[in-house]
Amino acid sequence: MTGKEACLRLLKDVVQESPADQTEALLLTEDSSLTRFAKSSVHQHVAEKNRTLILRVVIDKRIAVLTTNFLDRSSIRDLVKKAISIARIQHPNEDFVSLPKQPQPVPEINTFHKNINSLTPYRKVKVINDLFKMVKEKRLQASGSFSNGAVEVAVVSSFGVEAYQRYSDFVFHLIVEKDGGSGYASYVSRDPAQLDIDSLAKEAIEKALRGEPVQIEPGEYEVILEPYAVSELLSFLGYLGFHALAVQEGRSFFCNEFGKKLVDSRVTIYDDGLDPEGLQIPFDFEGIPKQRVTFFEEGVAKGVTYDSFTGNREGKNSTGHGLIAPNTEGPIPINLFMQGGESSLEEMVRSVRKGIYVTRFHYTNVVEPMKAVLTGMTRDGTFLIEEGEIKMPIKNLRFTESVLRALSRVSAVSRDRRICSEGTVYSRRFITGVVAPAIKVDGFNFSGVSAL
Amino acid sequence: MKTLIQNILDIARLKRVDYADIRIVHRRTEEIGVKNGNVEAFTHDEDSGFGIRVLFQGAWGFASSSKMTKTEMETVFAKALKIARASLKVRGNGVVYPSASERVDQYRTPISIDPFKIPSEKKLNLLLMSDEMMRRNRNVKISEAFMGSYKTEKTFASTEGSYIEQEIVECGAGISATAIDGGEIQVRSYPNSFRGNFATKGYEWIEALALKDHAERIAEEAVQLLYAKPCPSKVTTLILDNSQLALQIHESIGHPIELDRVLGTEASYAGTSFVRPEMVGSFKYGAEIVNVVADATYPGGLGTFGYDDEGIQAQRVPIISQGILVNLLTSRETAHVLGKESNGTMRADGWNRIPLIRMTNINLEPGEWTLENMISDTEEGVFLSTNRSWSIDDKRINFQFGTEIGWEIKKGRLGEMIKNPTYTGITPRFWNSCDAIANKDHYQMWGTPNCGKGEPGQVAHVGHGASPARFRNVQVGVMKGSD
Repeated sequence: MTGKEACLRLLKDVVQESPADQTEALLLTEDSSLTRFAKSSVHQHVAEKNRTLILRVVIDKRIAVLTTNFLDRSSIRDLVKKAISIARIQHPNEDFVSLPKQPQPVPEINTFHKNINSLTPYRKVKVINDLFKMVKEKRLQASGSFSNGAVEVAVVSSFGVEAYQRYSDFVFHLIVEKDGGSGYASYVSRDPAQLDIDSLAKEAIEKALRGEPVQIEPGEYEVILEPYAVSELLSFLGYLGFHALAVQEGRSFFCNEFGKKLVDSRVTIYDDGLDPEGLQIPFDFEGIPKQRVTFFEEGVAKGVTYDSFTGNREGKNSTGHGLIAPNTEGPIPINLFMQGGESSLEEMVRSVRKGIYVTRFHYTNVVEPMKAVLTGMTRDGTFLIEEGEIKMPIKNLRFTESVLRALSRVSAVSRDRRICSEGTVYSRRFITGVVAPAIKVDGFNFSGVSAL
Repeated sequence: MKTLIQNILDIARLKRVDYADIRIVHRRTEEIGVKNGNVEAFTHDEDSGFGIRVLFQGAWGFASSSKMTKTEMETVFAKALKIARASLKVRGNGVVYPSASERVDQYRTPISIDPFKIPSEKKLNLLLMSDEMMRRNRNVKISEAFMGSYKTEKTFASTEGSYIEQEIVECGAGISATAIDGGEIQVRSYPNSFRGNFATKGYEWIEALALKDHAERIAEEAVQLLYAKPCPSKVTTLILDNSQLALQIHESIGHPIELDRVLGTEASYAGTSFVRPEMVGSFKYGAEIVNVVADATYPGGLGTFGYDDEGIQAQRVPIISQGILVNLLTSRETAHVLGKESNGTMRADGWNRIPLIRMTNINLEPGEWTLENMISDTEEGVFLSTNRSWSIDDKRINFQFGTEIGWEIKKGRLGEMIKNPTYTGITPRFWNSCDAIANKDHYQMWGTPNCGKGEPGQVAHVGHGASPARFRNVQVGVMKGSD
C-alpha cells in the first residue's frame, strides 16, 4: 500500500504543477492476486501490483483526461504539459459547468481489513484444496476463482477536494459439476474472516447433485429468481436507466415517468454506498460523499443518480456517483440494493404450481433499452418446480423479457438478501456488489433452450 | 533493458525452474469521443510494466509489477516462484510444456501513416464534422463519433533463449446516430456499431473509412427506423451482411474452438464449449461450403501479429474445411491433446495478465455468389445488417442476436425496412443451414476490439473476415418480452 499521506502528497504535487483553470488528480493503487481452478486443479495463480494516475484538466470548458502509471517527477511534469496542450486544442464543452467546487466532509468508515494480507498463496491453496476434498467426496468437480486485493483510491482537486480511502476485498466464485448438471455459489466481502468455504461448497454441491438436466419447452412460466439472477437484472436497470445522463439524453425508461407506478409495489430499489450490508464506498471518483438515492419506492419511479457534470446541467448537486473520468456512460449506480420482503425462499417455492427456479443468468444483453428488454441464458442450477417442489434440473433456457414487465409481476420477495458480485472488471480492480433478495415473478418469458 | 531481462532469466535457470518467460509491455492509447458537438472524451493513456511466468515442477506462477527496476524484477520473480511452489499441491496432473525452438526476431505492424503523428486537431475536426453532419437531421437526438489509436511495444524473452520484440499499431473509428421518439430508440452506425471498425493499420485506415460520406445516410436511416415496421416473427431465410456475420463467427465459431474452453479452464467465467477434442476431424460443424481459417498473418486484421505471447510465430490454420471441424485454437500447453503443436494463439492483455488462448483473425472464406444474385435467388426472407445485441450460452450452443436494421426480401428483391430485428439459433444447426456465401468482392475484415475473457478480465483485439451469407430456416423476430 502507498499510504494516505504519500498518495495525497503525490496528487497535491500533480495539481500544483498544473496551470489549468481546474485540475483533478485521481490515484488508484492495486495489490491483488487471483487463483483460478478448473476440474479440481489450479491452472492459474497470478499476482499484480500497479498504481495509476488519472489527470483531468479544464481550461475554459476544454477538458482533457490523461492516464499513466509512470509516476516519477519528470513523467508527471510531462503528463501535465501534455494534458494542457490537449485541452487547449479542444472545442469548449458547453454542457460542462465545473468540477465539484465545494469540498465536502467524507464519512469515516472502515473499508479495509488487515487480515486481507493473510491470504498468501499458501493459505489460498489450502482453502482451495479443502474445497477439492469436499467436492471429491461427492464425486464432483470444481471450477472457480479466488481473488483478493488491497486497493487505494485518492482524489485531490484544485478546488480543495481531498479524499483518500483504502479497501480490501475478496471474491470467491464456485461452480460444481457432475453429469451435465451444475451448481453455483459465490461470496464477496471486504473481510476474509467472513469466508465460510463449507457453506459455499454445500450450496453449490446441493444443486449439482440433483442429476442430469432434462429438456423442457420454452414459454412463459412462473419463476423464482435467486439473488444472483436478480442482481444481474438490477445491474442492467442501473446501466440503462437509473442515472441522470440516460434521462437527460432521453434514453432512460424513467423519461417522463417520475412519480408514476411502473412496477409492483413490493419493489423498492435504491443505491447506498454507506450501507454496511453492501460493499461500502464513502465517496465517488470525484471525491464527493455518497448519498442514498431511491429509484423505485414501492413501485413508483422516484429519482436517479448524478455526478458533477449531470448535476450541474440541472442545477442539482452530485449524489456522489461520479465514475472514473472520462465517463461517457453516465453516473451508473454501483451500490444497488433491492429491499427484502416478507417471504422465505422455501415459502416462495411452495407457492409455485408449475415454474422455473433460476440460480443465475449468463451473457445477458440489451435487446430494447427503453423497455429494458434483455436476453440471456440461465446457468448453473436451473430447475423445474411442480406443485411447490423443486423436481428436477432442466437444460439452460434463454429468456427474452422486459425487466420492467417482470418487476410489475413480482408476487413475492424474500426476507433474506445476499450480496452478489461479478468480481473484477477489465483492467482496474474495484469490486462492487449488488444486495438482492430472491423474487417470485408470475410470468417470465423463456424464448429458447440450449440443446444440440 | 536486455540486461535486466537477462538477469531474471539467469536467476530462473539457477532456481532450476522448468521454464520461465518475461514480457515487458508498453502501451499508448489515444481515444477521442465526440457527442452532440461536444468533445466528450479526449484521453491519452500510457501504461507499462512487466510480467514473469514461471513453471516449477509442473505448476504455474505469475506475478507482475509496473515498477521496472532490477530489485523489483527480482522480487516479482521470487513472488511468481513462490506462487508456483504453493500451487504444487493442487496442480492436478501437472503441466506438460513442450519446448519450442529459440526465436530471436522483431516484428512491426506495417503502416503508412503513424496515427500518433497526426495532429490531434485534425482528428478532432474530422469527428466534429461527421458529428455535425448527422445532427443536421433534426430528428437525430444523439450523434456520436469516435476514434482510437493504439500502440503496443512488447519484448518477450524466455529461458529457452527466445528474444522477440514487437510493435503493434492499431486504429479505428466510427460514427453513430440515435433517433428517439415516443419511448423508442433507434441507432444506426457506420462502419460498424460499438465505436466502428478497427485494424492493425496506420492512419491511412481512418482516411479510407470516409466517415463524413456516410453521416447523412445513417442519420436518415436512424430516423426511418422509428417509423419502420417491426421485424416479423417467423422461421424464414436469413441473409447477414458481413459485419453482423463477423460477430456471428466470433461468438459461434471463434469462442467454441478455443481449446482452453474445450478443456474446461474457462468454466468459472466465460464458460466452456459444446466442442469436444474427439470431434476434430469428423464433426460436421457447417455446410460443405463453410470454410473457416484462423489467420494471424492476414494483412491489417485486428488479430494480426508476428508472434504470440509464448514466442510462437503467427500462423494461418484451417479450422473448418468443407464443413468439417479440422482444428482448434491451441497453446503450447494444450496442443498435445490434439496430437499437434501450438498454432500460436496465446495472447495477454498487457503486462499484468497471463496469456490465454485468444482468437486471431477467424475468417469465413468467400464463396461464389454476388450479394445481388443471393438476394434475387431468395423468394422470401430478411436481410439484416450491423450488430445491436448479442448473447450466447456458456457452451456456445444457443445464440440470439439483434441488428440495427433489416429489410424484408420478397420475390428476390429487397423490400421494406424492418426495425428491431432479432434472430436466434443453435450453432451447428445454423452453420449447416448455410447455402450461399458471397464472393471475394464482398469480403471485408472486421475488427472486434472488445473480446472479453479470463479472470482477472482481459480484453483482446481480434479480427473476422467475411462476405455476406445466406442461412435457411432461421427463427427471426424473438421479441415476445417487449409486448
